[in-house]
Amino acid sequence: MLTSRTPTTRTRDTAVAACREAAHRIRMGVLVQGEAQGEGYVAQGLGAADILAVAYTHLLRLRPQDPDWPDRDRFLLSTGHYALLLYSALAEAGTIPVEELRTYAADGSRLPMSAMSTYTPGVEISGGSLGHGLGLAVGTALGQRLQARPSRTVVLFSDGELDEGSTWEAAMAASSHRTGDLLAFVDMNGMQADGPTREVLDVDDQVARWESFGWRATRVDGNDVGALVDVVGLAASRMTPVGVPQIVLCDTRLGAGVPMLESREKLHFMKIAEDEWPRCMRQLTEQHEGGRR
Amino acid sequence: MSASTPQRSAAMIASIADDGVPTTQAPFGHALAELAERDERVVGLTADLGKYTDMHVFAAAHPSRFVQVGMAEQALMTVAAGMATTGLVPFASTYSVFATRRAYDFIALDIAEPQLNVTIVGGLPGLTTGYGPSHQATEDVAILRGIPGLVIVDPADAVDVEQAVPALAAAPGPAYLRLLRGAVPRVLDRYDYRFEIGRAAVVRPGNDVVLVSSGLMTMRALLAAERLSEHHVDVSVVHCATLKPFDEETVLREIDGPRLPLTLENHSVVGGLFETVASAMVRRGVSVPLRPVALPDEFLDAGALPTLHDRYGLSTDAVVTRVLTELGRG
Ligand SMILES: Cc1ncc(C[n+]2csc(CCOP(=O)(O)OP(=O)(O)O)c2C)c(N)n1
Ligand SMILES: [Mg+2]
Repeated sequence: MLTSRTPTTRTRDTAVAACREAAHRIRMGVLVQGEAQGEGYVAQGLGAADILAVAYTHLLRLRPQDPDWPDRDRFLLSTGHYALLLYSALAEAGTIPVEELRTYAADGSRLPMSAMSTYTPGVEISGGSLGHGLGLAVGTALGQRLQARPSRTVVLFSDGELDEGSTWEAAMAASSHRTGDLLAFVDMNGMQADGPTREVLDVDDQVARWESFGWRATRVDGNDVGALVDVVGLAASRMTPVGVPQIVLCDTRLGAGVPMLESREKLHFMKIAEDEWPRCMRQLTEQHEGGRR
Repeated sequence: MSASTPQRSAAMIASIADDGVPTTQAPFGHALAELAERDERVVGLTADLGKYTDMHVFAAAHPSRFVQVGMAEQALMTVAAGMATTGLVPFASTYSVFATRRAYDFIALDIAEPQLNVTIVGGLPGLTTGYGPSHQATEDVAILRGIPGLVIVDPADAVDVEQAVPALAAAPGPAYLRLLRGAVPRVLDRYDYRFEIGRAAVVRPGNDVVLVSSGLMTMRALLAAERLSEHHVDVSVVHCATLKPFDEETVLREIDGPRLPLTLENHSVVGGLFETVASAMVRRGVSVPLRPVALPDEFLDAGALPTLHDRYGLSTDAVVTRVLTELGRG
């Protein structure tokens, strides 16, 4: 049960090992969904899997069978097209059955291609339109604080969402209202719809930018589970209802964990051929068993 | 749920082309690139959706006249407006949902109020993706129709798009173009048709039924009309490529009579073509029962686009069935 698990009761090594196992299962769930539907934002899901594995295994206090528990920590996925990653994490947490992943984006499924709170238990907000998550997170943190609930708010958004003014409006609201129980992750995969982020819009210097907006900011290798565990542990220890909001900028690799995808031309929408799915799964397992992931 | 054969929705790459209909690739991008050869005022902008609005064709042809503002739709509108004040003619593309819902204030005050020559190009208008409410611009026309002086164009096919692009650049004020992107059906060149801002056109004559349509529903209306002739139902199709200003003369002349009139639109039943025609009828004292083929006043489902077009009555099959039912022959 995730509720009884607090970061301090585990040694770091056990925590890292548990997160690695979770990350592997989450990645496999991403591939299962991609194979079932024949498409999906698989490369992004694999790239950001370690962030969700650490969040769901090592940070969030949830009652997986009771997704409406008022005191739960909130995990808000701002980047709606990362839905398949969140579904996989929710399957890992036990909120939805693992077998249900095969219905991803099918007609009538609870798991639409873009994550929506009205469709899926455990999904807190409706994404799809980008740049909403951080503002929703600020409001959630304020609401929980006002009602004195011992609950923290965690949000994941993408580097593309750094382009949206709404993200920066929310950034100022958070530091101004001192939402210290708010932790943001940014998936810095270097990609957005029209191509590599640096060719679309300059989003360099993010640590300095967030610090200047009154946040505590760190940048880590978002595919280094050990580093993530350390950063998240430290961030969690600092979280407090009134305080400085924190952001972790995670450099990730599209397709991480599956070499044949990591080495492929980087695209926002990476196509994977029908016969490639089993090979992707095999490579993922080999990497994991070889201790490389 | 079947483990071996999961049902696929192809929600991301959805085509609106019916089987057997010829298509043209990226007609908007090519028309804009070609126009820019002749008119050096033309510039293109996008908010991280160049590849998905066919703006990449223009960007490749005229890189120095292309501006990428990043995924920032409000900046897209204000930057386009700023460029227009210097005498340029910007075409600014994003998805319809983000243009209308996120950037409305900037369209209204920075583009429309000063009557600047900016064309806002909205991809995925109405129900043209199975991606769910975040991407389904079911009320884009309803949102924008209230802006004074904003021309709204809802092209039927590639022919319409190709002719609308130079026409909108030549016209002085602001416009919203409901984009058809990718492999776009080409049907109007089989008829005697020419796009003109503010003009509806009787594309096909017929004695029993009048289908007043806009956008891709004109393509569906024409296909349905062919199928209905096999049922000995003679169908006229009146295409309203411009939703604002609206050609009331032509449309009311066509529906005022004994033929069964229906409106067909790829839009919510609230605030689009149906209500435009209905209010014109009331104002001009035309009293015939008018039936809408339109999307319901709901947030729509996610799923496969052809399935959704069947479910919400926009597919050619659904239109054929609807007309027969209205005629009491269902
Ligand atoms: C407000 C808004 N504008 C535009 C889009 C279209 N869009 C979908 S994904 C995307 C790229 C955003 O960047 P990012 O999330 O970093 O992309 P990825 O890493 O998945 O390639 C865009 C522009 C959107 N969903 N929402
Ligand atoms: Mg990205």
